[in-house]
Amino acid sequence: MEIQLRHIHKTFGPVHANDDITLTIPSGAIQGLLGENGAGKSTLMKVLSGYFHPDAGEILLDGQPVTIHSPADALRLGIGMLHQDPLDFPPMKVLDNFMVGYPKGLGLPRAEARQALLDLAAQFGFSLDPDAYVGSLTVGERQQLEIVRLLWLGAKALIFDEPTTGISAQQKEKLFAALRRLAAEGKTVIFVTHKLEEVEMLCDRVAVLRAGRLVGEAFPPYDLDQLVRMMFGKAVSKGERVNTALGKPVLEIKNLAVEDVRVRIQGVDLTVREGEVIGLAGMEGSGQRHLLRACAGLVRPVDGEIWIDGHNLTGKSYHEFMRRGVAYVPAARLEEGLVPTLTLLEHMILAGEQKGLIIDRQAALQRTHERIQTFSIRGRPHSPIESLSGGNQQRALLALLRPGLRLLLMEHPTRGLDMESAIWVWDTLKRRCREERTAIFFMSSDLEEILHYSDRILVFFSGQVSEPIPAQETDVEHLGQLIGGRGFQPVQEATP
Amino acid sequence: MITSRWTQSLLFVLLAILVALLFTSAVLLMAGASPVAAYWYILKGAFGSWTKIADVAVAWVPLLLATSGLLMTFAAGLWNIGIEGQIVLGAIFTTWVLRVLQHSTLSPAVILFLAIAAGAIGGALWATLAGVLKVYGGVNEIFGGLGLDFVAVALILWLIFGPWKRPGIGSMSGTEPFPQQLWLPTLGQSRLSLWALLLGLVSIGMVYFLLSGTYFGLKLKAVGKNPRAAYLLGIPTTRYLMSAFLLSGLFAGLAGAVQVTAVYHRLIPAISSGYGWLGLMVSMLINFQPAWAAPVTLFFAALNIGSIQLPIVLKLDSSLSGVLQGALVLSFLLMSGVRQRWAHRHPQEAEHE
Repeated sequence: MEIQLRHIHKTFGPVHANDDITLTIPSGAIQGLLGENGAGKSTLMKVLSGYFHPDAGEILLDGQPVTIHSPADALRLGIGMLHQDPLDFPPMKVLDNFMVGYPKGLGLPRAEARQALLDLAAQFGFSLDPDAYVGSLTVGERQQLEIVRLLWLGAKALIFDEPTTGISAQQKEKLFAALRRLAAEGKTVIFVTHKLEEVEMLCDRVAVLRAGRLVGEAFPPYDLDQLVRMMFGKAVSKGERVNTALGKPVLEIKNLAVEDVRVRIQGVDLTVREGEVIGLAGMEGSGQRHLLRACAGLVRPVDGEIWIDGHNLTGKSYHEFMRRGVAYVPAARLEEGLVPTLTLLEHMILAGEQKGLIIDRQAALQRTHERIQTFSIRGRPHSPIESLSGGNQQRALLALLRPGLRLLLMEHPTRGLDMESAIWVWDTLKRRCREERTAIFFMSSDLEEILHYSDRILVFFSGQVSEPIPAQETDVEHLGQLIGGRGFQPVQEATP
Repeated sequence: MITSRWTQSLLFVLLAILVALLFTSAVLLMAGASPVAAYWYILKGAFGSWTKIADVAVAWVPLLLATSGLLMTFAAGLWNIGIEGQIVLGAIFTTWVLRVLQHSTLSPAVILFLAIAAGAIGGALWATLAGVLKVYGGVNEIFGGLGLDFVAVALILWLIFGPWKRPGIGSMSGTEPFPQQLWLPTLGQSRLSLWALLLGLVSIGMVYFLLSGTYFGLKLKAVGKNPRAAYLLGIPTTRYLMSAFLLSGLFAGLAGAVQVTAVYHRLIPAISSGYGWLGLMVSMLINFQPAWAAPVTLFFAALNIGSIQLPIVLKLDSSLSGVLQGALVLSFLLMSGVRQRWAHRHPQEAEHE
């Protein structure tokens, strides 16, 4: 199915998210859609999939002009979309979720659906248990479920919005194989991303968006510098590796053991010094998040001790850790980090210094304006926080951190950010290390990020933790092998 | 073309009122009564004389107090269904203190003050119980509150027919009335106590101030909207949830205290008069915005008082006011839904702020 978008316009208040976009997407190929955060990629795809109505412009499918009123409408026309955050039903079983949206009649053909699910999954090499609960699946598996569901419902064009965020390397390989197969079968595949290497690896053609406009198209072999210029209007580089002189110990982990239902890690010993950055690498769910949470008092360790600045805080609450200068930045921004419906200003008031009983709105407004400037947040003091784009929510989250922190614990500090924003985020974080002597302890699924910004790295593999590895002594290949378990030397062998 | 948000809001409010009136009129027509006459008698029954206006104010106070309390719990994201029981416990505590002190040598003013304070404490204790069940026991506040409502009703009936029964035999008409010096002073010949009125107005003023101007209120809202993020922002969520229950119960307890000291001068089984439930409706109607609480509760009180005459003049049941109140809440909720859809279709105008 050939898709033609003609002169698409979409505005949200003052923001022109899509500005006169005209693009033809052929079938049988993987079409990349590249752009930084807020470039308008997701908006354009939501217009195509019936989630938004365009303010102006038309959509042609195989030359026929169509009006798409809703996602169900789009699916009837053969267009299905996988959203950035899976829009599925965690409390449902896989099979029930699979049948959601089945358009015909009252009775559900469960047996038939089960067979279809298993067949489709087998075709793509996915292993999906029809009787498992969706909530127990990994993000990658939930994507796989969504792909087979859309195909079963007759999708001829599939849109993938940033599908590689939050999935493991193996799942990414499977996903890419699935995408290639879909294209080979003559389906239309649209792949939305802000990662250049993915475009290079996967896409047969790519269209680049910047600030709501279509800047241009490119074909392989790609000139990466040119793509970067198209994305940002200028070339960017991560900059030199900066090493900060280290001070006295801030965090001391002594023979720590933490566990949840899936993994148990034990015997972790580590000292983190002022100004030091420690990166945690490993497959998602290997215990990194648990260790981070334990260091903030959000999870109670099973064994061992945690000391902050010479005080034993083992078993104390997060608020006790906060008083000692510890802060925790979660990855789930709207679920854990921010309060939906409250404004940016109200967040600043909550996170800021509070004197007396009555809110000093004038001072808070002043401070909010300053932070919006410093952190280049695209939003106004009275914007409800959920109305900001994901990248701007991340900036807001960082703008809420107090100055003079001792230890900053972060889950995926730059997840979902484009390269330029990510560099900016790390600039501000590194400045904290240098000027305020803050120590940073973070986890990420981006190995480049871990290598480039950490002083030392801990690798997690199936419930085991490696010795700290100095970042200069390793590289992406080596780390990748360790994460996969090759040449892995744990601190302590799990004793039977 | 509608340009300003304000006119747009007004339009939808008027539309909602119109829908509610139409619905109620349809009900009246089915009952074979003239809607115009019914509305006229309600109006006359509420504002026809000074006595009636005073009666409206008498009904206004407990409703205002209950709504004040509910706005605190709603801010924290809690459905304080236990409000009725908290009003009852307020009335019981007030009665208890009055019974103990009525023959003492303390001045009536001091006794009344202690009795009303006891009422506030009684309501707060009952609410704290619901809070403890919720926060430490994992019992949803709706279930816990509902259960405690039934316990409160059982308690008040037991007291009226048991230990506190009138000399001779207990009856639904309640306990023995207190001597007149232990009544809150009223205005002239009316049943309205200016002290009670002042208490109600100060309460809603306090709630408005707490929720819109203080760190406490903002933190409470943050806990209500996203407890996990609030905790990571350093807010002691448990303490804030408990404070919301406590304050809510305090206001509810005051409502019970006012019913005893200013209106009935004794404990009766129906002491709460359903003001807790009505407060829940008002809170939903005003979309939990304290600024609207005073006028809307006044309007609801007027409807209650105005419809008292209906059985006599039109042979209609006085519960008609309930029909109109319910219809209003539903049509407001409906209209806010319609408005959202409308704003969705016309984004420029809606997001123009």
